[in-house]
Amino acid sequence: MVRPLMIPSTDLAAGIRHHALRMVSAANASHIGGVLSMADTLAVLYSGILKVFPDQPDHPDRDRFILSKGHCCAGVYAALALRGFFPLSELDSYGMDGSRLMTHISHKVPGVEFSTGSLGHGLPFALGKALAARRKGLPWRSFALLSDGELDEGSNWEAILLAPQHQLDNLVLIIDYNKIQSLGAVSEVIELEPLRAKLEAFRWAVREVDGHNHAELHAALSSLPFSKGQPSCLITHTTKGKGVDYMENQIAWHYRAPNADLLAKALAQLEQNPS
Amino acid sequence: MRTAFIEELTAQARINPAIFLVVGDLGYSVIEPFAAEFPDRFLNAGVAEQNMAGLAAGLASEGFHVFTYSIANFPTLRCLEQIRNDICYHNLPVTSVAVGAGLAYGNLGYSHHAVQDIAIFRTLPNLRLLSPADPGEARGAVQWLSANPCPSYLRLGKAGEKHLYSSPPLSPNPVVVQQGNPDVALVATGSVLSIALDAAALESAAGRPAPTVFSMPWLNPASTATTAALRSFKHVICLEEHIREGGLREMLASLLPRSIRVSGLALPSDATVAVGSQNFLRAAAGLTATHAQQLILSRDDDA
Ligand SMILES: Cc1ncc(C[n+]2csc(CCOP(=O)(O)OP(=O)(O)O)c2C)c(N)n1
Repeated sequence: MVRPLMIPSTDLAAGIRHHALRMVSAANASHIGGVLSMADTLAVLYSGILKVFPDQPDHPDRDRFILSKGHCCAGVYAALALRGFFPLSELDSYGMDGSRLMTHISHKVPGVEFSTGSLGHGLPFALGKALAARRKGLPWRSFALLSDGELDEGSNWEAILLAPQHQLDNLVLIIDYNKIQSLGAVSEVIELEPLRAKLEAFRWAVREVDGHNHAELHAALSSLPFSKGQPSCLITHTTKGKGVDYMENQIAWHYRAPNADLLAKALAQLEQNPS
Repeated sequence: MRTAFIEELTAQARINPAIFLVVGDLGYSVIEPFAAEFPDRFLNAGVAEQNMAGLAAGLASEGFHVFTYSIANFPTLRCLEQIRNDICYHNLPVTSVAVGAGLAYGNLGYSHHAVQDIAIFRTLPNLRLLSPADPGEARGAVQWLSANPCPSYLRLGKAGEKHLYSSPPLSPNPVVVQQGNPDVALVATGSVLSIALDAAALESAAGRPAPTVFSMPWLNPASTATTAALRSFKHVICLEEHIREGGLREMLASLLPRSIRVSGLALPSDATVAVGSQNFLRAAAGLTATHAQQLILSRDDDA
């Protein structure tokens, strides 16, 4: 199979949004809002930042990427298929009987390191991987992408405490800060602010970017670790439902799947305003 | 038993470079020699058991066989979902080691009584549940685990357990500790094996045939095949330092033919409010050699 070695991140982002919308609509599945908020981050990661080997998903030198907000796996499956880890046509089986594409991320899918679905598991696991690389003297890095609501989980803060103790500067925490969780705005449920100051107080090196600006994402993710000897945290400020006007900042699209009409409308908008 | 565990783990670590020990800020005066000899394969994760189990899975996914070590319910129930999802579902070689099985931390109170763990861990996929009776079985369990890395739970006693018999290499089968009456089996898991041996001795002293005593250090997975050695008995009496629900007796009752009478001694499922040592609380719960004797002599399951 001939595959493009690299896809421009803007094309990858558009592809992720396009396929994820189709998949979620066909499967009548939830969580499209949180897929769209992290789509640009995923696109930048999978278009040159992460060292990956689509023909050899378990290549020992790969960077490890863990999606902790596992309910948003449609975006990762789309990114992996677009990068050639498995055929694009398989995306049509998302959530269908007998498929391996379950609607919380599954390690049975090529390119996926770890199954999640219960929030608060990804960062401790990624920390274990970073520690393994450190103890074995290996150069690859360990990334965990978390949601903002997920930071309510104490397990994350256990890991956030431990990582700097061992100077794990090969560990990267990315927060998809779309400011909305299941039942309301993050600020109304459990305010995370001052988030950057919290993480810095926990001895992480922190940067903040507009999570829909590819140049900013690329610049930040190209300069890892942010500080030698410290774990890195990238706070990406995002919009839940980004790219589809009727979904943006609407809690309902944490749950709803677009019907055929709404899907057509969403895809048309993507055509008009590619990121 | 914890000394036997750490000595054997250290011995195995010398020949098995995959072994990695993670402790939850516990193990004072136990784990130091391991940490000193293998600083690159040791971590104190702090008082943070969810992270401990999760990062252990991460380490295991990169080729280590990780032993997480803490006491009572901390390395197990506190992080049960991490064990279920991160370790068992991903089939990663992490052994959760709990010191203080049953009532071993008696007077520390109910928070420190590990009495539901067998029932819970029997239900987890891919998991080996090992419950040694004495230091020899504990060493055998570590040897087996080192050779067969897998999701596992090692239920250890505490300190000072006596050497009870010379145990064979660990296997899924119950082990005959002492031959006796071919109709009556006394089957123990964990350090209450000593109570089974005491009951057998009392029976001999009374001039009656002592029951055949078995130890069952391997509790999961279990099947009709692994328990075949018990099928020739008419009465199987179980001893466990665990609540009755979901424990050894319920397990054997479901695996053995209905023609075999299965009875046993276990702990009451109510939370223990009494203060006392392990022996005091065992006696209060009727987990004693004389109660076992009564079962041997009785014809009624609930005697
Ligand atoms: C431990 C756990 N509790 C609850 C849930 C149910 N749940 C799924 S998504 C979610 C929160 C959604 O908000 P957020 O975490 O910020 O995700 P995003 O907005 O990025 O989709 C909840 C509570 C879960 N998956 N795991």
